[in-house]
Amino acid sequence: MNERHTSDARWVRLVERVRSDKDQAAFGELFAHFAPRVKAFLMKSGADSSLAEECAQEVMATVWHKAQLFDPERASVATWVFTIARNRRIDALRKQRRPEPEDLTWGPEHEPDQSETIALQQESEQLGRALAALPESQRVLIERAYFGELSHSEIAAETGLPLGTIKSRIRLALERLRQEMK
Amino acid sequence: MTSTINHHLTDDLLMSYAAGSLPEAFSLVVATHVSLCDECRARLAGFEAVGGAVLDEAPACAMEEDSFAATMRLIAQMPTETRIEAADESVKGLFPKPLRDYVGGDVDAVQWRSLGGKVRQAVLPTSADATVRLLYIPAGVAMPDHGHAGMELTMVLQGAFDDDDGHFGRGDVEVANEDLKHTPVAAPGADCICIVATDAPLKFSGLLPRIAQPFIGI
Repeated sequence: MNERHTSDARWVRLVERVRSDKDQAAFGELFAHFAPRVKAFLMKSGADSSLAEECAQEVMATVWHKAQLFDPERASVATWVFTIARNRRIDALRKQRRPEPEDLTWGPEHEPDQSETIALQQESEQLGRALAALPESQRVLIERAYFGELSHSEIAAETGLPLGTIKSRIRLALERLRQEMK
Repeated sequence: MTSTINHHLTDDLLMSYAAGSLPEAFSLVVATHVSLCDECRARLAGFEAVGGAVLDEAPACAMEEDSFAATMRLIAQMPTETRIEAADESVKGLFPKPLRDYVGGDVDAVQWRSLGGKVRQAVLPTSADATVRLLYIPAGVAMPDHGHAGMELTMVLQGAFDDDDGHFGRGDVEVANEDLKHTPVAAPGADCICIVATDAPLKFSGLLPRIAQPFIGI
């Protein structure tokens, strides 16, 4: 198995240790990286420091409890944490419910496919590098959209990011999942 | 589920939903469509991956000193995550799960109110920044001619309708803005049931519907 030591792949292994072993040390590493970013994300979205601290702790507690729902064939850990933080923001800051699509989950015996997982994690890293390489003005606009500083009518969807490849990979993962569900 | 969906969500809607900026009413239509459409599910995951990259690049903000210990206490207090509701396939009905959650059941649980001429609606409870309703239009019947002050997002759940933009069957969405003045007509066959989100009241062209508008709340 040709396992590359990308940082996204490392986060995946840590989440797996939380899921299977309730490994506090693994969780501590995830916490050290993601909790301060979730807190910054919430403060940029308008939370004061104590609300952001409280919500970041809740987001990380959700990461612990929902570790078995994380699917490394369809998302990076950062993306998964982002969706949890976003939902907490909608609930705590906007006081709205968040309708979510029906879950599509693998059966309980499913082991994530290593090569698919690695490929998806690499695509996520490429997306991160592409974001960092965008012209400043464009990058700032995307950040403001995701920090919730722009209303839906102000968000223009042209990101300039190579989203086609990651979308195709996720589409294939969904097809495999549908096959298994039949 | 099937590959017969021809009219998809726009990038704007998917990105706004991924970013968490859509009003709840529109989010419900997006979540309902994505439940049936793997194409949009994959596109949405792409936009969520951008959110992951933004989060990952964000400058960190120091946590309180005892934050990790406090989080471990929080974990101990939280009820252990309920088992993954392993595919509640048994409740396969007309409505995908996010819509069932708002209706409190499937189509037979909807509290319809008549709009006259066998057309019925049910407004679903969401935040006040936009409105979402179910519409029941008998096969062959036309919706009143109307334009929009804002955006209207319509998704077909049963039956089909036709208008100037084409034919819309189960799962299809139509995004209408100020420019589109349309008269959707329910196709022959099954009665048409749609979910419709609007961020401003509809503007009806005919005199009668305009008078009736304040009373029927559409």
